Amino acid sequence: MNLTLKVWRQKNASDKGSFSTYQVHDISPDMSFLEMFDVLNERLIEKNEEPIAFDHDCREGICGMCSMHINGRAHGPWQGTTTCQLHMRAFKDGDTITVEPWRAKAFPVIKDLVVDRTAFDKIQSAGGFVSVNTGNAQDANCLPVPKTDADASFAAAACIGCGACVAACKNSSAMLFVSAKVSQYALLPQGQAERTDRVLNMVKEMDEQGFGNCTNTGSCEAECPKEISLENIARMNREYMMASLKK
Amino acid sequence: MATLDSKIPEGPLETKWSGYKASVPLVNPANKRSLEIIVVGSGLAGSSAAASLAEMGYKVKVFCFQDSARRAHSIAAQGGINAAKNYQNDGDSTYRLFYDTIKGGDYRAREGNVYRLAEVSAAIIDQCVAQGVPFAREYGGMLSNRSFGGTQVQRTFYAAGQTGQQLLLGAYSALQRQVGLGTVQSFTRHEMLDVVTVDGKAKGIIARDLVTGKLERHSGHAVLLCTGGYGNVFFLSTNAMGSNVTAAWKAHRKGAYFGNPCFTQIHPTCIPVTGDHQSKLTLMSESLRNDGRIWVPKQKDDPRKAKDIPEDERDYYLERRYPAFGNLVPRDVASRAAKERCDAGYGVGTSKMAVYLDFAAAIERYGKQQANKIGEANASKDRILALGKEVVKEKYGNLFDMYAKITDENPYEMPMRIYPAVHYTMGGLWVDYNLMTTVPGLYALGEANFSDHGANRLGASALMQGLADGYFVIPYTIGAYLSSQIKDKALPTDHEAFVEAEKNAQETIDKLLSIKGTKSVDHFHKRLGKIMWDKCGMARNAQGLKEAAAEIRQLREEFWKEVRVLGGANEFNPELEKAGRVADFLELGELMCLDALNRNESCGGHFREEFQTEDGEAQRDDENYMYAACWEFKPGVNFELHKEELKYERIKVSARSYK
Repeated sequence: MNLTLKVWRQKNASDKGSFSTYQVHDISPDMSFLEMFDVLNERLIEKNEEPIAFDHDCREGICGMCSMHINGRAHGPWQGTTTCQLHMRAFKDGDTITVEPWRAKAFPVIKDLVVDRTAFDKIQSAGGFVSVNTGNAQDANCLPVPKTDADASFAAAACIGCGACVAACKNSSAMLFVSAKVSQYALLPQGQAERTDRVLNMVKEMDEQGFGNCTNTGSCEAECPKEISLENIARMNREYMMASLKK
Repeated sequence: MATLDSKIPEGPLETKWSGYKASVPLVNPANKRSLEIIVVGSGLAGSSAAASLAEMGYKVKVFCFQDSARRAHSIAAQGGINAAKNYQNDGDSTYRLFYDTIKGGDYRAREGNVYRLAEVSAAIIDQCVAQGVPFAREYGGMLSNRSFGGTQVQRTFYAAGQTGQQLLLGAYSALQRQVGLGTVQSFTRHEMLDVVTVDGKAKGIIARDLVTGKLERHSGHAVLLCTGGYGNVFFLSTNAMGSNVTAAWKAHRKGAYFGNPCFTQIHPTCIPVTGDHQSKLTLMSESLRNDGRIWVPKQKDDPRKAKDIPEDERDYYLERRYPAFGNLVPRDVASRAAKERCDAGYGVGTSKMAVYLDFAAAIERYGKQQANKIGEANASKDRILALGKEVVKEKYGNLFDMYAKITDENPYEMPMRIYPAVHYTMGGLWVDYNLMTTVPGLYALGEANFSDHGANRLGASALMQGLADGYFVIPYTIGAYLSSQIKDKALPTDHEAFVEAEKNAQETIDKLLSIKGTKSVDHFHKRLGKIMWDKCGMARNAQGLKEAAAEIRQLREEFWKEVRVLGGANEFNPELEKAGRVADFLELGELMCLDALNRNESCGGHFREEFQTEDGEAQRDDENYMYAACWEFKPGVNFELHKEELKYERIKVSARSYK
């Protein structure tokens, strides 16, 4: 395949940035999207042009590092798929593909397609845990958890923290990310002791980090590579209401 | 010369660890507050160690090259974590887990370490459940188990095909809790470029802020390297793109011995290579061998599709060769068997370098069970298959999806095609029972050390070891050293040792940028990978290894003359990061070949073609090679061998058989 790529180039956080256009040739449909970028970067290096910076690591769709906005969609056209697992057979010969970084106030651009997502770590530090020090645990099977609860908790915990939900949202809201973490613990007996504080603290931190509000457009769920359900946001809203009444 | 004292406590195996814990020096709470610990790497070992040490009161700094601690490659572990809980009442015990691990490692690991690992394994599961890790459960609410290779009990705990993710997020949550409390300082997008030593003791590190490019000096009373394995020396592996040996290698250059570098795990079930563009290989979890059956056609170059080949014309070669363990033989055995079939001309797919992993029988079996369960005893075949696919989807759905996306084939309808690929490195920095390297104050945890898996690691044991080291070993053993350091203030960062180390790191960076050669970093990395795979991969021989070592030396010279690294030092520059890592791989690769050449025997993942039995099994030489090979770095990229003899007091060493 031969393709035209319009890629966002930005030297650093203070640079204004703009699109650059590149032609790539002989792309195999079996390549992943990032392997296509590897090919492009190798050619740029050959021409003594600086390669495009992009985040990636595991290339198995689980680390949450890759973060490209492709043709206006977080992680591109495939449902439930990260950029690293998107393969070139999703495109046609002759296509023009536009690639941008995540766009959100809380995710400032570091360089080209790389953004700073430390805001997510801060939200996690605000309450995304069970306060149990190492060495304090009872035997694991002393605490039976109904399978349906464990499965629902796991489904929420499958979030990879990539930030696609924020990038897809017109308000740059982090509600899907935060609600997945809140839900994971709210659904388990281990999470009960800190249930009230957790949701209040995490939501407060989310607001302080500059994420927008949720207006229920559902674009986060539609673009989430792990298909985290909107139900989590509904659950978090209930948790938040209950916690606010208790406090 | 540093001494090689493994410091295994005296006394019977069963009481070594409890006796040690009762007598190891302690550090009082007030002193802990003034002791600083540097943790490099934030995977299972690093996150769990950093969180646990901070909970105890130490001041901790944790470093990772990714943008968040949660992204470390432990996240990608799929199948599960072993623990001797005996929840299945199938005869499991600490001793059995210990025995299976020693045997699985082909009698090349230390008894004392492995027994301790088995002993603390149960507490890991308790700790993770208490943190809210959503393990798979039965309908009664109890934890579920499955089988993994090299064992005959069900002791593997799991969370679908995402066990590593859930365990790491548990450790990460504990870590972020401490970050929020201010007891841990987190340095993301930072890479360690050197260990700072004074009088041979580790006193700090030089790290590069990958966003600004600035070199930073961090002092600590102890430095923990939890930086994972070095499988990316092969270019293509199941490791993440950023996984590297740099931290361990810089430590090696500063005096830490490297243990058994040639012990590499080639995992039998990975998606085969499709072309030159490939950047990495993807694992299909060992847990699939619980239900999948591995086969090739009995006829060479059989042109038929898998489903058109009748049952009696298929060779289920693992079941044939190893009836006792069948498809669940350990990884090294399964990998070699796949290679043997493909080399003999029975491989499948366009490249003929693949075998089938088939779920048809499992789908039918589960479908029938499910039909009975829901009262549809007379369900049609189609209905049974549909029900069976649902069950398989629940167990392995994410793996099947990943396979379909990569290959464009539906594994529910046709067998997967798989082939072995580099996955894990049993070798690593040599450590004693305290997990301390030969450099006092410098520790190595998890895959970064060499300690527990001998010449082959059993499935679901890497997660166990990473968390054992971080949660339950280092919190005790670090006291043995730090209790003697309480009088020392942290080394001031203007100390000449820091100045010197930073200067060296800066010079390397400047050199890489000034070469302005003609070939990219990846160009060299791919060539190195090819040499390693061809001559130091699944099968090795003396001549190939000699050639490989020479070729790597030559390639290294060429790299330092011809590499092209664009961009500057004082900015975000992924090419520069990669160049530094490949430079270190180019030294490590040579050492791996030398180690493989030195070891004139076959054991576990190390298969020397000259040393095999008549039926193609690995042939050990216990008389001459029952030792851990510990390599000391010498100036000019030379290596000197030291040996730690392995003593087996409890286990009777015998030929390893899974037949």
